[in-house]
Amino acid sequence: MSIETAPPILSLQGVTKRFGGLVAVDEVSFDVPKGQVFSLIGPNGAGKTTLFNCITGMHVPTAGRVVFEGRDIAGSKPYRTAQLGIARTFQNIRLFEYLSALDNVKVGEHVRMKAKLWDAIFRTPLARREEREVTERAMEYLRFVGIDRHADNYARNLAYGQQRRLEIARALATEPHLLLLDEPAAGFTPQEKVELMALVDKIIARGITVFLIEHDMKVVMEVSQLIAVLDHGEKIAEGPPAEVRNNQRVIEAYLGKSA
Amino acid sequence: MKRLRDLVRENARNPNAIAYTVMAVAALTFPAIVQFATGGNADYLVSLAADGGVFVLLAIGLNVVVGFAGLLDLGYAAFFAIGSYTYGMLASEQLISSPLHHAFHVPFWIALFIGMFVAAGAGALLGAPTLRLRGDYLAIVTLGFGEIVPRFFRNMRDWTSGVNGISALDVPTLPGWITGPWANATFGIEQGFRFTSFNATAWYVLIIILIVASVIGVNNLYHSRLGRAWMAVREDETAAAAMGVNTVNTKLLAFAIGASFSGFAGAFYGAKLSLVSPDSFGFIVSITILSMVVLGGMGNIPGAMIGAILLYGVLYYFLPAAPQQASTLAHQFGMDWLNTVVPNGWPGIAEFINRLKFILFGVILVTIMLLRPQGLLPSRLRTQELKRGVHDEPAAVPS
Repeated sequence: MSIETAPPILSLQGVTKRFGGLVAVDEVSFDVPKGQVFSLIGPNGAGKTTLFNCITGMHVPTAGRVVFEGRDIAGSKPYRTAQLGIARTFQNIRLFEYLSALDNVKVGEHVRMKAKLWDAIFRTPLARREEREVTERAMEYLRFVGIDRHADNYARNLAYGQQRRLEIARALATEPHLLLLDEPAAGFTPQEKVELMALVDKIIARGITVFLIEHDMKVVMEVSQLIAVLDHGEKIAEGPPAEVRNNQRVIEAYLGKSA
Repeated sequence: MKRLRDLVRENARNPNAIAYTVMAVAALTFPAIVQFATGGNADYLVSLAADGGVFVLLAIGLNVVVGFAGLLDLGYAAFFAIGSYTYGMLASEQLISSPLHHAFHVPFWIALFIGMFVAAGAGALLGAPTLRLRGDYLAIVTLGFGEIVPRFFRNMRDWTSGVNGISALDVPTLPGWITGPWANATFGIEQGFRFTSFNATAWYVLIIILIVASVIGVNNLYHSRLGRAWMAVREDETAAAAMGVNTVNTKLLAFAIGASFSGFAGAFYGAKLSLVSPDSFGFIVSITILSMVVLGGMGNIPGAMIGAILLYGVLYYFLPAAPQQASTLAHQFGMDWLNTVVPNGWPGIAEFINRLKFILFGVILVTIMLLRPQGLLPSRLRTQELKRGVHDEPAAVPS
């Protein structure tokens, strides 16, 4: 008997991705419940980012279904999954370097804007009003992640931690239901990690489901309700943090068999 | 009055605002100044400036493709050709010899927009097969397109009279035009006005109007949703797609909108010259326009315009006039020996400079790029954003 009656926001069913002879992701299945933090961990090269790419449409899965809010989105184009409500950040930060921080966030809002070509060329009242609203909202997102002071700086001139935050702000601007964060704490100081965890809590409070790839066990164990573990493309464990921490196969995958 | 003062104060340090102001003032006063300076014999110069305006339009259009969307287009002259030929076919006797056996004589004002839409369509058509290509690969395909189009027009003999080109094109007409001292007449309204080669000022005014309209349109686009999408695609296509930007449509629109300006420019060019020939749209034209954009400052509208004006001035005014000028200078400084021609030896200063023309051009290009690698007037963060700035100290001092 299950306690969770609500359908999961994202459900992977036998997702497989092969690159030639290499199996990067091998029949992975799990459900991401709505409104929680779900984490995906695993050693380097386990296929975590490949799985993210399969969800966001950057890769087309070789087999399996990716069901988001009840609809199979496997093989959809990236811009389409963004429209449907999946946003992501990147492991190696991919900002629009020569746009201001504010403009980076405004690009995120692109997908929710209505102005057509005609409106843009002639700057119709609709376009003007929308531009104003978009700018205000973008400032709110920057404030939300705490970098509104740097709104006018080029993205490339921001400090590393600020760039990570800007990526989150840009992803939030697409008004996602599901936010995929790919190693958001990589290279962070302990203090920054604490701030990041607080930010994740704030995002959850807005009703957005967070799906996290992370190496830092402290962060993962603290923020997530559920954890799935990948090794060599296969799911080897899934469950609440306490359970995963003591799983024999997980310990082997991380520390080697002899340990 | 106060609003005007605020406007001036706000923009006094904005290089783009200064550039626009200088260009506007120069454009408005140019005909009067040159006519005054030469005692009313400057029709040639005004006409030359109107031709230069065509390149300004082309630079504005190419800047959308290369500067905003980051798609390196080496065949931009193809769209210029398409615009010109569209006007040539629609506004001359040419189509009588085509299988249609009927000349349409579409009025210039309508053909202008037809040319624009045909060029935009061609832009989208070229864009479609190149969407998967990036960088150098895209450049090579556009290069091919730029070579194919003029050749295509040259070989469609029935439709375009081949190498001879289409001549005797219709000129634009207007029900009325203001006439005055610049046309050696008294002030008044001239009825049933025709744009002919005797009326350089009219052409000049027309191209200025076209440029102003284009700048307003492109500037609006730059600050719009689509403009940001272009720049996002330029910066990182993958990230842009992940943010919900339809990169395929965005790139197609960049090609189409960029091409539409050369459609404009092509129709004007054909009408003014009254001749459309396949020789006018070679690779060198594409490269010249690209140099204008890069030299002026890629991605910045006034930058591209200044680049176009400067390069056009060098190529079509300074370099052709240089040999004669050098000869005159030599005479004035009492160095007439420079002007004496020695058979099989010194060719005379004028001829010497004439032979050096393109070396001079190259030196000018290289010098500018060495001194200002980012272009003369590079793109910048928008003023309104800079204005808000980072406030570490109290933003406003109470007075």
